[in-house]
Amino acid sequence: MAYQRLTREQIVQRVAQDIPEGAYVNLGIGLPTKIANHLDANKEIFLQSENGVLGMGPAPAKGEEDADLINAGKEFITLLEGGSYFHHGDSFTMMRGGHIDICVLGAFQVAENGDLANWHTGAPDAIPAVGGAMDLAIGAKNVFVTMEHVTKNGEPKIVKSCSYPLTGMACVNRIYTDLAVIEVTPKGLVVTEMVNGLSFEELQSLTDAPLSRE
Amino acid sequence: MIDKTSASIFEAIKQIQDGATVMIGGFGTAGQPAELIDALIAHGAKELTVVNNNAGNGDLGLAALLKAGQVKKIICSFPRQSDSYEFDKLYYAKKIELELVPQGNLAARIQAAGAGLGAIYTPTGYGTLLAEGKDSKVINGRGYVLEYPIHADFALIKAFKGDRWGNLVYRKSARNFGPIMATAAKCTIAQVNEIVPLGAIDPEHVITPGIFIQHVVAV
Repeated sequence: MAYQRLTREQIVQRVAQDIPEGAYVNLGIGLPTKIANHLDANKEIFLQSENGVLGMGPAPAKGEEDADLINAGKEFITLLEGGSYFHHGDSFTMMRGGHIDICVLGAFQVAENGDLANWHTGAPDAIPAVGGAMDLAIGAKNVFVTMEHVTKNGEPKIVKSCSYPLTGMACVNRIYTDLAVIEVTPKGLVVTEMVNGLSFEELQSLTDAPLSRE
Repeated sequence: MIDKTSASIFEAIKQIQDGATVMIGGFGTAGQPAELIDALIAHGAKELTVVNNNAGNGDLGLAALLKAGQVKKIICSFPRQSDSYEFDKLYYAKKIELELVPQGNLAARIQAAGAGLGAIYTPTGYGTLLAEGKDSKVINGRGYVLEYPIHADFALIKAFKGDRWGNLVYRKSARNFGPIMATAAKCTIAQVNEIVPLGAIDPEHVITPGIFIQHVVAV
């Protein structure tokens, strides 16, 4: 039976639905950053940026950019009314100290126990860069991952054990892919949603780690 | 009368000796003290260890300091960026040493130095490559890595306004590492957009109290 993968835009739309009013949220660089564009404008949600911003607003209008007001990806942003600025010590106290309700990160691999690999491919000639990924991975109350279900070569990214260097151990709570939404539970990976037309068996065949159904 | 303001950037910068550890504020170019770095390039101190979140962007500021060959080691969290080509060249030519530190550990180690702590146990990095060879400990069921403070001889930071006692306020997300680096260096030099009279900064709004600042220069 034919199924349609979600586009990257649809993945972030799906994640945005699960962010409740009042949540303190950190969106990782790349795909997760786009979630901000899909949050319900009627909900008050607090977006935190690791470089010392709480209450991050949308991108400024052309000509309104301020070099002193950027996000973690070094893109220009705005501050909402009620927002605040703080130094890096306070920012990582928020992030590492369990004050962020939800962080959303991209990933190379997620293991069935929630191990996350998203900072380094392990290639010997790659310049390593980690930024705030390791702090967020172990510091937020809930860690959501957004990624394609398989690599460009069709290899599963949800695995029994990560082959790439870890960002954090047993830290992921939920995975949103272009095929499914999967909870990481003490009993293993539990599929809570699949795209229309996809069978559980097909999903399992694209996943290295064992899945179960709700 | 105590007056920490300097008319000349160079007078403040020329104290930096070869081999010094220099913290440089900024996240990318936001909060980067570009004029202080230019003065450091002109001064020419070599064999520096630089502490910054990144490893230079484009051609200016920290990137220019790297290009000038004055940095032997950089301690940072995110060196690899689309415009970090000066660092990339030095790294691949093995002309610079990199100590990669998760960003929160970088902040915490700087704060530990400023606060006079001997070491910290941090959960960040536990069980990863960046904890290899380091002591670790399980406390109340959670794993932590032992990390040591990062002290500096100098911190170069950028603030918005300062007074002659060194009290500072910052501007928006340019604040980032400035306030914590100011606590961790023996000598902190702050460049400010404006020097204001004592009392002009509401004491409730002071972000960095003057005790952490040795020199203030207007640029």
